[in-house]
Amino acid sequence: MQTKRQKFKESYLLYSFKRDKVAMVSFTILTIFLLAALFAPVLAPYDPYDTASIDIMDSEIPPSWVADGDSRFFLGTDIMGRDLLSTMLYGLRISVMIGIGAVILQAIIGIGVGLVSGYMGGKVDAILMRIADVQLSFSTLMVAIIVSAIVQLTFGVGRYEQLAVPLLVVIIGIAEWPQYARTVRASVLGEKNKEYVEAARVIGLDSKRIMFSHILPNSLSPVLVISTVQVANAVMSEAALSFLGLGMPVSRPSIGSLINAGFEYIFSGAWWLTFFPAILLIIFILVINLLGDWLRDVLNPKLYKG
Amino acid sequence: MNDSIVRIENLVKYFDISGGFLEQLQIRSGKVRLHKTEVKAVNGVSFEIAVGETLAVVGESGCGKSTLARTVMGLYPPTSGKVFYRGERIDNLSSKQMLPYRQRMQMIFQDPYASLNPRKSVRQTLEEPLRFHRGKISAAEVNERMAEVMEQVGVNPAWQDRFPHEFSGGQRQRIAIARALVIDPEFIVADEPVSALDVSIQAQILNLMMDAQDQRGLTYLFITHDLSVVRHVATRVAVMYLGTLCELATTAELYDTPYHPYTQALLSAIPRVDGTKQKHIKLAGEIPTPINLPTGCVFHSRCIHADERCRNEIPELLSVSDTSGSLVACHAVAEGRL
Amino acid sequence: MALLEVKNLEVSFALRHGDLVALNDVSFTLDKRERLGVVGESGAGKSVTGFAVINLISKPGRITKGEILFDGKRLDQFSEHEMRSIRGNHISMIFQDPMMTLNPVLTVGTQMVETLRAHRKISKAEAEKIAIKKLELVHIPSPERRLSQYPHEFSGGMRQRIIIAIALLTDPAIIIADEPTTALDVTIQAEIMDLLLELCDAQDMALMLITHDLGVVAEVTERVMVMYAGKVIETAKTIDLVRNPRHPYTKGLINALPGHGECDQENRLQQIPGTMPNLTEIAPGCSFHPRCDYCQDICRSTVPELRQIGESKERWVSCHLVGKGQL
Repeated sequence: MQTKRQKFKESYLLYSFKRDKVAMVSFTILTIFLLAALFAPVLAPYDPYDTASIDIMDSEIPPSWVADGDSRFFLGTDIMGRDLLSTMLYGLRISVMIGIGAVILQAIIGIGVGLVSGYMGGKVDAILMRIADVQLSFSTLMVAIIVSAIVQLTFGVGRYEQLAVPLLVVIIGIAEWPQYARTVRASVLGEKNKEYVEAARVIGLDSKRIMFSHILPNSLSPVLVISTVQVANAVMSEAALSFLGLGMPVSRPSIGSLINAGFEYIFSGAWWLTFFPAILLIIFILVINLLGDWLRDVLNPKLYKG
Repeated sequence: MNDSIVRIENLVKYFDISGGFLEQLQIRSGKVRLHKTEVKAVNGVSFEIAVGETLAVVGESGCGKSTLARTVMGLYPPTSGKVFYRGERIDNLSSKQMLPYRQRMQMIFQDPYASLNPRKSVRQTLEEPLRFHRGKISAAEVNERMAEVMEQVGVNPAWQDRFPHEFSGGQRQRIAIARALVIDPEFIVADEPVSALDVSIQAQILNLMMDAQDQRGLTYLFITHDLSVVRHVATRVAVMYLGTLCELATTAELYDTPYHPYTQALLSAIPRVDGTKQKHIKLAGEIPTPINLPTGCVFHSRCIHADERCRNEIPELLSVSDTSGSLVACHAVAEGRL
Repeated sequence: MALLEVKNLEVSFALRHGDLVALNDVSFTLDKRERLGVVGESGAGKSVTGFAVINLISKPGRITKGEILFDGKRLDQFSEHEMRSIRGNHISMIFQDPMMTLNPVLTVGTQMVETLRAHRKISKAEAEKIAIKKLELVHIPSPERRLSQYPHEFSGGMRQRIIIAIALLTDPAIIIADEPTTALDVTIQAEIMDLLLELCDAQDMALMLITHDLGVVAEVTERVMVMYAGKVIETAKTIDLVRNPRHPYTKGLINALPGHGECDQENRLQQIPGTMPNLTEIAPGCSFHPRCDYCQDICRSTVPELRQIGESKERWVSCHLVGKGQL
């Protein structure tokens, strides 16, 4: 019998991955980013949250290779004198955390709703899908503006800073679950009329068991594909919210709030404050989308001819 | 007959295809009304299946044979009519009340590529019905049952950890049969079990099904469009056209003396392998849609023997003569015109 | 000279694990007005043979060896441009599923006129006249009216007739029909078989009928070749082949047919054990030997050649044992 490792080695997934340079490069960059985010406290030369170590005299130092640069701060420092590289690493960590958290929340709500909606059909389907439509017609920004305004008012700005991460996860998660629900529903509709589902009904299994043990595992490959794109979207949403000042506070900046903070100084010549975080965000989103495209091509059975 | 295992009475199954509320709204002669569009898949079919026999239902695509099979199995609730299993009515049972019957009746499907869950190994596929119906069964017993059934259907029990995609179509169909047999049913509905298979594999599966029937005393309801297969496996044959039973006879009688004009056309259309060409009976026109059924005999629009009565009056399934057991629904046959 | 002559054709597919030989040393001829059947189970290479003739093998497949001669011209060396003047013009093809061939958003008339005008410089009115004539040939009632209808307005059998009419438009010398009746019901299949027979006679066409159904082959064709795992293993006059198959596989195939083959006392069909091998795992020697009841040492080691057997010049069998007293 083949072991799992052997199977993976011979799989089509690995084969097409090895042949696709774009996928390989994207995957490598993404892995580096994710590791950097995970180990930010270890990798970062300074701790941007530690106010004691920050010297206001170090503020607005340009990158080290530019004249006036300081070799202590590779990418320069921000307006408060924090090392930009360290702040970006911590920011990436927060962005990734919010992105993945939001996607997990979206997936849980969306898969549940899509599965029930697709399998039950009829009125249940109609009601759930109309709710999804209503949800989609609220833009993420609008929901975020209202919710964060309410939270800031009720808890005050100080408490808000602590609540920001879970709050953003919930806002972005709630705003985008219908994407999942629709994808899963479409996939369930395709699966539920297959004969193996009828065979399960002939055995006498109940709906719950058929849904979760038979249909769900076969409906997940499109979920995998949209998950990659949804992580990118969630990170983008978070960046957009933070850029508008509705996301992470400057004291615990995400990539988006870094871009926002630097944007005010762009005309005073401190270009690096916006430039480096923006480049980081663009590359991060780009590699995720490239990987998502590759995954979609590989998992699409119409394109796959073995 | 006391030894009937399944009996259906006037079974009717319509499918509503009119969609949502808005799609049903129609304006006719200035009035807004709800209009339902229904596919009349099965229209009042009655028959009995005797213990140990193989009743084949044949017909062309869209004649309602698969719907009939699924309605008998309780996968679709009938629109009207009754289904009896060993004298007990089962069409109106809740899924819980149905459970004891689920162990006794099983189904084999057409497409072995779709009828096995691709994410479940052979072991998981076969284990599920066993554990579900025999709650307190030991692991050793499960293994024993599985090995026994796999052996019987000709799949090496050592392959139980493999997944469906690792098997060929014929082997998958064997596994699907094993899944049906593993809880020891007495009645099996087989919906086109060999149509998706190559000729040499077809013979293997048919032999397997007949062996299983002998060894376990199974009763089959065999749905197919292939008249050569029917001739080989069936004890009795029911011919369906547009949701209606045209003719019901023992296999020998049906192939020797087909009475209904549709049965005659169907039989003449089978390609002969031995090179003895037979003239094909041509049917006029096209099959009407099951949404708007023809009045009278459903076959009249294509029948060369049709007269006024056929166009207006629905023929009943009647015995042809005292000497023959054939039941035929045709005015021309009843009147002796044919 | 034969109208179509295929010599030692080899078709390979370049896959990630290396080359896959889908057709191996396939040779056959098709005469004018001849009806040739190509029979085999799925994966035997019968469809590939049809596609190879009109040079329509999709990547990663390609013709790696052999010659295809049509009217003395080497089709395998034609450019795509030259091939277009042959395909759909001198050689037409009919497929299993009519809905795949017909464009659902164009009327039948438009599709027929466009096909014709792609090959001939004629006016639209002239093209329509020819289209109507061809629809009459395939017995479609009131063809003038039908021209302005869309494919979905026709039933399955009618669609297949329209496909045949489109194939006939340019008066081809050969029609290659790939499982033309498989998706149809028996009664409609019978009509299409009758139609094909009638047309071959009336239109001076040769027919290459690719199918898995021996019954259809027996009713329509004059000569037949049986394929197994990418090779031709037996060819003969159809009537001789179905009455007296020689290759053990052909024998098995015919005896396995329900309602035809001989059964034992318990009414079991004679079955060929096992399944046709994947093209990646073909056994050495005769590719049928693992399933063959008569297998001997030579079958395991040496690939049999297609050789002529018996009195009929048409009968060729690729088996070491046939005609040598053993079989």
